[in-house]
Amino acid sequence: MKRFTYVARGVAWRSIHNTLKSPAILVPSIVFPLFFLAAFAGGLSKISQVPNFNYPPGYTAFQFVFVFLQSAAFGGVFTGFAVARDFDSGFARRLLLSAPRRSGIIAGYACGALMRWCVTGTVVTIAALLAGMHVPANPGELIGMVGLGIMVNLVAALWGCGVAMFLRTEQAGALIQMPVFVIIFLAPIYVPLSLLTGWIHAVASVNPATFVLEAARGLLANSPVHVAFAFALLAGGVVVMGLWARRGLMSAERAG
Amino acid sequence: MAAESPHAPSLATQIGAVGRRSVTRTLRQRSLLIFPMLFPLILFAINGSALTSATRIPGFPPVSYRAFVLAVPFMQGALFIAVTAGVDLARDIQSGFFNRLALTPLRGPALLAGQLGGALVVGCTQSAVYLLVGVASGVGIASGVGGALVLIGLSVLIALGFAGLGALIALRTGSGEAVQAIFPLLFVTLFLSSAFLPRPLIQVTWFRDVATYNPVSYMIEGVRSLVITGWDARALALGFGLALALSVLSLGFASAVVKGRLART
Repeated sequence: MKRFTYVARGVAWRSIHNTLKSPAILVPSIVFPLFFLAAFAGGLSKISQVPNFNYPPGYTAFQFVFVFLQSAAFGGVFTGFAVARDFDSGFARRLLLSAPRRSGIIAGYACGALMRWCVTGTVVTIAALLAGMHVPANPGELIGMVGLGIMVNLVAALWGCGVAMFLRTEQAGALIQMPVFVIIFLAPIYVPLSLLTGWIHAVASVNPATFVLEAARGLLANSPVHVAFAFALLAGGVVVMGLWARRGLMSAERAG
Repeated sequence: MAAESPHAPSLATQIGAVGRRSVTRTLRQRSLLIFPMLFPLILFAINGSALTSATRIPGFPPVSYRAFVLAVPFMQGALFIAVTAGVDLARDIQSGFFNRLALTPLRGPALLAGQLGGALVVGCTQSAVYLLVGVASGVGIASGVGGALVLIGLSVLIALGFAGLGALIALRTGSGEAVQAIFPLLFVTLFLSSAFLPRPLIQVTWFRDVATYNPVSYMIEGVRSLVITGWDARALALGFGLALALSVLSLGFASAVVKGRLART
């Protein structure tokens, strides 16, 4: 356990250090969510006037929850990019050789992803509050919403690590990003599920991201809906993606 | 700069040679063709359905949201072309190919025009694909067959303008990473425009002001007018005018910079 923690701490520190020291990595991960918040909450706010749109905290809060969770997911995705970059540069192979407990590498990258998202999530929240977001949630509900974000970040980071370790090239970027992007955008991001029609309603109704998004929106609005189910889904996701990342690591070990 | 050789091939031959290489290289990089084409289509499919409720906002044009938003893939495709064209050019600079070209009688404008050939092939192809997908998904083109051809022409002109911008950045920086880093900024111009709602329906004042001053709004509205309105002279004049201005400016500056890059000492 001590060796696991030692490796995880080292990899996490390097990941955070690289992120904070490199504007090319840090800036896009902060600017993109801010820009989505501005574009969706600002540009599409009139959609809240559509009949039967009912989200009492308002459209800014409605979109904030999406951007908050999306930034969590993309914090994980960007960590996948970093792992791929480490394989391309040869650093990851040296890390595999030197780490006394290799599973600590995955944990370290996942911690790095979480720390990275802490920065992004904080900035997005401040921006939304400055934009006049109304927050009816109590502290417990806010903690629940942050908990959902942490688990989304973990699932995405484990997915990204797995893909990067299987493919071991920066060209894996599109494969890491695309499924996350599609799953997120197939959730009810602009209007509540009840206002979606056609195929998008059918897909969103069974999309796990819908339940997570609705649970987080419910928590922020002080009217929780299927929170336990959302946490259970994400816990399942962590287990499955953890196994996926572990298999990716084994694949990288075999490749030498 | 050395005097031009009397045996130098004609400008058209020079453009043809560089253009052929550019087109071949683009066609060989399938990931560069497929991803930029697929991504806007995925967003079109999702947004075209997910934002259907927007048509119930009072004042929204009496068309389906899919028809309204069909203009967006054309614009997104043009932004991707900017990156493709710029990265290709930067790679030539980084690999030393540009320096070797400086030893030949090739002229700067010929190099630039030829290099953008690949981008234009992608532009034409993706415009035709977006149009076919739009029509296949039930969107009617209000301006008819002639309008569809004009639509492709306008979207290729927009793509040329953005490709010129990508080339300019590549020539100035000589770095593919710098070109890619500019992509988010270009993407912002799309989202801060009238891409998803008509400008009068944008409720937040600062956003509506930004969209009003954003040239991308008028390029999108030019394309959109052919799909949902028919022949709207004002929208087309603004769309074509701004796309032409972007092309002239970006290619003009790029031509000036390419001369420096090809300086024969």
